[in-house]
Amino acid sequence: MTELFGVPLAVLSGQVMIGLINGSFYALLSLGLAIIFGLLNVINFAHGAFYMVGAFVSWGLLTYAGVGYWPSLVLTPLIVGAFGAVFERTMLRRLYGLDHLFSLLLTFGLALALEGVFRWIYGAGGKSYPVPPSLQGVYNLGFMMLPVYRAWVIVASLAICLVAWVLIEKTPLGARLRAATENPKLVTAFGINVPLMLTLTYAAGVGLAGLAGAMAAPIYQVSPNMGSSLIVIVFAVVVIGGMGSIMGSIVTGLMLGVLEGLTKVFFPTASAITVFIVMILVLLLRPAGLFGKDK
Amino acid sequence: MAEIRLQVSALEGWYGESHVLHGVTFDVKRGEVVTLLGRNGAGKTSTLRALAGVMRKRRGSALLDGHDLLSTPPHRVAHLGLGFVPEERGIFSSLTVRENLMLPPVVRQGGWSVDAIHELFPNLKGRDTTTGTRLSGGEQQMLAIARILRTGCDIILLDEPTEGLAPVIVEQIGKALVRLKEKGFTVLLVEQNLNFARGVADRHYVVEQGRVVDEFANDSLSASMDQLNRYLGI
Ligand SMILES: Nc1ncnc2c1ncn2[C@@H]1O[C@H](COP(=O)(O)OP(=O)(O)O)[C@@H](O)[C@H]1O
Ligand SMILES: [Mg+2]
Repeated sequence: MTELFGVPLAVLSGQVMIGLINGSFYALLSLGLAIIFGLLNVINFAHGAFYMVGAFVSWGLLTYAGVGYWPSLVLTPLIVGAFGAVFERTMLRRLYGLDHLFSLLLTFGLALALEGVFRWIYGAGGKSYPVPPSLQGVYNLGFMMLPVYRAWVIVASLAICLVAWVLIEKTPLGARLRAATENPKLVTAFGINVPLMLTLTYAAGVGLAGLAGAMAAPIYQVSPNMGSSLIVIVFAVVVIGGMGSIMGSIVTGLMLGVLEGLTKVFFPTASAITVFIVMILVLLLRPAGLFGKDK
Repeated sequence: MAEIRLQVSALEGWYGESHVLHGVTFDVKRGEVVTLLGRNGAGKTSTLRALAGVMRKRRGSALLDGHDLLSTPPHRVAHLGLGFVPEERGIFSSLTVRENLMLPPVVRQGGWSVDAIHELFPNLKGRDTTTGTRLSGGEQQMLAIARILRTGCDIILLDEPTEGLAPVIVEQIGKALVRLKEKGFTVLLVEQNLNFARGVADRHYVVEQGRVVDEFANDSLSASMDQLNRYLGI
């Protein structure tokens, strides 16, 4: 059997693959966090909860309404995004202009409330979501077996991240977003409805989290705490990548996923804290983050 | 007598708790270039900010073509045809020159084409992909004016466009202003450079401690120079 550093290649590549899967979700979630933080200046602690809600919405669509995976990939982000929009309009908006701490506490409270509601209704146990028929099966890569669905998740997440990046960095809409991030008052004076933009941005960011949840449903158990266990790592990713940096969160998300996977191979006991060790190092050496601009 | 486009009466304004405008009264007629003169800290910039909706805590009245600016939502003011060129120029560092130019939405017909803008400010030609804030100060000022012209607005609030610029650039901006005036734009200009102001303006108001305290027609300026110098502390 082929080995690398004394580790069978199949084990190594298997962990890298798991790392890429996790990294894909880190990237999708930290991307949304970065967009929201960039424009709204809100540290959206409810992001993991929206991811969890997305998974449940997708599961619910299938279970109660017979709506399958593909339509649910469209419906779930819309439903979660709409919920986010209502939350922004009715509550979050009131806290702009106050200290960060207030919006952080509000979104933290929302996360707890959402988790509580879902635990109350569905219990703490996990629900499983079947892999859609069109994505069942396994690719035999020779040195490892790659389930089709996992390959799809990696490719689809990368594509979504790329589209989001292009949208923000290369289009007129993105230019408005970047400008409003820099100087919302002037952008308003130019005749652009910035409050509406904030609502839509929040909706898009949490919609993205919902989409990630829908994509995660066939891989992980759909359970009320699936978001809270993830969100802490995602925050570390955002800090490492640099608050508000779009490309930073995407690259860092994937990188850390893989790094985590590799640590599992070489130093299993440390794998759970890899991300945080990296975070501490980055904070010490480059406080603005790997991709962040010093202010 | 040309109609009054901008009628400001007893305008007061606050930054938070700090009361900085104490009753500003003046008007601007169609096609006029009117300046606000005054020492540093007199309230000229604040007056423009109050009109553009950037300063939100205001009282009194400000009518543009009969529309009440103070009750217009801030993102609707531009749609009344008002273009704002702020003192700090407000060129976005995360946007290219082209993106800066295309950022403000077109609010009505008659906006300038990019070609016409390049003809007015040749310096901006061929700089599309440059980061906005990489331009020189003078070029940033041109870009700040240019992006407003694209929108089709026809009244411009222009805050110290010549501040800190080399004489050749000041001259270019002066020429551009004269062109705008010929094209029928109405301009409210804040200016410290009296020579520049005299070259383009029809009337001048003097602002002192958050109030308009005097007014001069440009024609009679030579006769009132002593008085004006005393106001400006020159
Ligand atoms: N952002 C601000 N916050 C609080 N006070 C301000 C602010 N900007 C200006 N001021 C104060 O408002 C007054 C008027 O300033 P300003 O309108 O900028 O004067 P001018 O443009 O005539 O030099 C000054 O006393 C200034 O210190
Ligand atoms: Mg000023």
